[in-house]
Order: sequence, then C-alpha cells, then structure tokens
Amino acid sequence: MIRTPAWSLYDAIAMSARSLRISTRQLDALLITILLPVFLMLLFVYVFGSAMNVGTDYTSYVVPGVIVLCAGYGASSTAISVASDINNGVIDRFRSMPIVGSSVLVGHVVASVGANIVSTSIVIGVAILTGFRPNASLTDWITAAGFLVLFIVAISWVGVAIGLLVRSVEAASGATFFVLFLPHLSSAFVPTDGLPAVLKPFAEHQPYTPIIETIRALLLGTNMGNHGWTGLLYLVGLLGVSLVVSIRLFDRETV
Amino acid sequence: MTTPIVELQALRKSYGNHAVLDGITMCVHEGSIAALLGPNGAGKTTLVRILGTLITPDSGRATISGHDVVTCPELVRSITALTGQYASVDELLTGEENLRLAAWLWRLNRQERQARVNDLLERFDLTAAARRPVRTYSGGMRRKLDIAMSLIGRPRILILDEPTTGLDPRSRNALWDTVRDLARDGVTVFLTTQYLEEADRLADSITLIDQGKVIAEGTPESLKAKIGVHVLELSFPDSSSRIRAQTLLRHSYPRQLHDDTSLRIPTTGAPVEVWHVLDVIHRADIPVDRMAMHSPTLDDVFLTLTGTRTTSQETSE
Repeated sequence: MIRTPAWSLYDAIAMSARSLRISTRQLDALLITILLPVFLMLLFVYVFGSAMNVGTDYTSYVVPGVIVLCAGYGASSTAISVASDINNGVIDRFRSMPIVGSSVLVGHVVASVGANIVSTSIVIGVAILTGFRPNASLTDWITAAGFLVLFIVAISWVGVAIGLLVRSVEAASGATFFVLFLPHLSSAFVPTDGLPAVLKPFAEHQPYTPIIETIRALLLGTNMGNHGWTGLLYLVGLLGVSLVVSIRLFDRETV
Repeated sequence: MTTPIVELQALRKSYGNHAVLDGITMCVHEGSIAALLGPNGAGKTTLVRILGTLITPDSGRATISGHDVVTCPELVRSITALTGQYASVDELLTGEENLRLAAWLWRLNRQERQARVNDLLERFDLTAAARRPVRTYSGGMRRKLDIAMSLIGRPRILILDEPTTGLDPRSRNALWDTVRDLARDGVTVFLTTQYLEEADRLADSITLIDQGKVIAEGTPESLKAKIGVHVLELSFPDSSSRIRAQTLLRHSYPRQLHDDTSLRIPTTGAPVEVWHVLDVIHRADIPVDRMAMHSPTLDDVFLTLTGTRTTSQETSE
C-alpha cells in the first residue's frame, strides 16, 4: 500500500525537493558547490601547474582530478547533512510517518548529484577559460558524463553511509577525510610513474586512479587501456556496497 | 471515551542488561489525554518510540487501534503522529515550507495541501512567521510548528514526548491550551512528562512509571487522594532539630522527604492536620525557621507511593 514503486518515487521526489531546497540555503554548501571548484582549478593551474611537468598541458591533465576532489567535498557535505538529520530527530519523524522512510536518503543523494553536476560544470568552464582543450567526440562526452554521474552517485551514497554510520556531525566531517585525501595518492594531480616505490603500487591500483584515467582518456582522447572497465567495476562495487550498508544502517534499530 | 486506542501488554525492552521497560501494561482511551509521568530514565522515551514504530519491543504487545506496532507498522503510522523530545523541523526552511513538505509526504493533493497548511498556520498562530526560516523561531514556536506538522495527516492519536521541556511558562501554558483543543476535536493525546503539575492540569488519566515499571495509575484526583494534595515544608536552623522533628513525626507520617535541614510532609492540606504537626513540634520545643505549603512534586509522589526517592536525583522544582 505504502511501498509501491509509484509511491516510493513520489516520496523520493518530495525528499529531493526538500534536500535541494535546504542546500540552496546552506552557505557552506553553496561555497563548496560554487567557489571551491573555481579556487581549486585556479590553484592547480596557476600555483602548482607552474612547477609541474607531466608531459602534457597541466590544465588538461588536472581537470579530472579537480572534478573528483570536488565530488569528495560534496560527499562530505552529504555525510554531514545525513548526520544532522539523525541528530535533530528529522529522520525519526520520517520513519514514524506512513512513507518510504529511506526516501530521505535518496533525497540527499539527489541533492548531492545536483550540486556536483554544478561543480563539475564549473570546473570544466574554468578549465576551458584557463586553457583546457578537450579532444573528445560527442560520444566521448556522453560516455564521460555518464561515467561521472555514476561516480558522483556512488560517492554520494558513500557519504550517506558514512553519515548513518557515525551519526554525529563532527564525526561525519572527520570520517570523510579519507574520501578527500585518497585522490591525492592517485594519478589525479601527478602521474604515478614518478612516485616513490612505497606509494606507487597503491597509487596505481586504488579506485581513484582508474576512475580518473578513464575520464582523462575520454576527455583528452588518450588511450584508456583497461582503466575503463576497472573503473566501472570499482564504481559499481562502491555503489552496491554503500547502498546495502546505508539501507541496513537505516533500518537498524536506533537507540 | 471508553474504547481503548492504545493497549500495552507486558511490554519489555532491554539494552544490554538494563531493562528499560520491565513489563508495562496499560491502556489509553480514545479521545482522552493520557499522561505518562516519570523521572528521567524511567523509560518514557523508549515507550514512546515503540508506539511510534521506531523501535521494536523485546517481548509483550503494543497495539494502536487494534493494529500491532510490530506486525502492522504502516497501519499504525497512518493514524499516529509522533512528536519527539526535540522539535524535529528543518531549521533552514521556513515554517510554511516545513508544513508543505509534511503535507506533500502525507500525500495530500495540491489544493488540499495549501488549504491544510494555511489552516494549521492560522490555528497555531504562525501565519506572521510563516515565511521566516525556522532558525529564527523561539522554542515555543518551534514546538508549535512541530505539532502542526504532526497534525497534517489528521492523526487519531498524537504522541508528545515531553512537549514542554525547555519552554518558558507562557509558551507552556499556550501549549497546554493547544493540547486541550486537540482533545476537544477528538484527537487522543498521549504525552510524557516529568512534571506532576503538567499531568495534573492536562490529563484525564495518569500512568506513573519508574525504572520501566508502572507504579500507579488513575485519574489525577484519585492519585492526588493517595498522595496528599499539599506538602508541608519545614525549615530548621540545623540538622539535629530536623532529625528530632522527623523522629517525633515518624509514627503519624512514615513517609517524609528530607534534606539536611528541611522536612517535607505530605498532608491533606486541612488546617487541623497542619496544626497538629506544628503542635507536636512546638511541644517538643524544636526550633523552626520557616514553614511553607506547596503542591507535591514528582519526588513527593514517588516518596508517598514507593517509599523511595525518584531514581534520577533531579527534584522537579
């Protein structure tokens, strides 16, 4: 009666409207969505970029890295929003209503995806202004967009799972640290070839590297190798695990 | 008035070794205001969360309007509204937006939504503040909005967990009026409180719980008849005087509450009784600094009914 697919969708739409509206009122969320991509892009291009030699134009090289970094900040905001919903009793209110309670999580993910699409567009916009010259066909662009959306959805669910797991706003911002730090130990900002032997194997095989390499190959028209499939596998795995964990945690009895 | 809407049978819930609810059996009649009275940690919130289908009991049975909270949570949710201890509203949204979201989630159609929202804003005196973010609301306004959100779906029973905790006296009185109005409209109200006065002023029936067990239940009148309506408080210059007086009165008043230099004696409030007590003390030549009469606090009630203080050492003064 309550949990038909049509009603689930209805609840998810209402909750998405809620989360989207709330995120337009949060100054810190707006800063992360709009200003952070601009600052990061300028920082990497003009500050770090001046000393970088990666074999290609650094602006073009760094675009995928900045996109995933921004998505990490977005996931961190999502974790914080979920934790704060738990703390102020909003989640309890929804769980005690005749609705699909977990739709509140879907709402957070939709808002996060929305914010990240804005951030990503800003990164690409700023990149083009600062000299990014993509070499991609329409199909490449569509594939890259699809891949990025999948990445953003997956990392948003990771944020939701973290928020449900730690249940406090402070802990949520702490726990998302690794989501933010991990891209730095990948091929996001420097090629992995030059890394010390201790870091190199990790950097080459951690999830961010194939994800970033896939986006890079699609946008710059370089050889993707098997990064595409590895990245896709990572994303589907990450999405599946964080979805299952989130639903489990949501249904778990709260103290 | 006589049909039970909430029925609890031997309800138990433990966390680890701690039995938060230790076999609660009680019922609430449709259309009444029922108060669950108890100190901090008595199990009130746990009980309310079970009724709100947020947690499940370890054993026993809880039904609302005949629907089991464990096996038919969705039916229970469709007729029950739970307002938790902290106003669970979205701070960054306006009052109106909060209500609209609730109306949306309660699946009202578009015309109904706006009508219902305006109606509730009006009723709770929030129309002027409707377009302001909730962040700017006072505690009393938040509470009102919280309850208004609960009423969007026209629940048959409204559960309020400590609705007046943290409110100033004026907001508290306003909230009491709201609760009475709701009951007049036929909504059953089940509220928890730590304040005897609140239960006494509002409720048709009171269930007193402590450490997960029902200690007493009945109408406010019947409970007050048991407790003694007025507490005689005597302040002594030193503790030895207090102890002497206490010993002298022990026979007539086995249940006295004391701290170092003062004594609290439950009485009927009849002048002759007070006179008798004072006379005993006066004859023994025990010095008394001051005397006062006041309504019993939760502590007095517990002392009278169980012979012990409330488990949380918070005296509700």
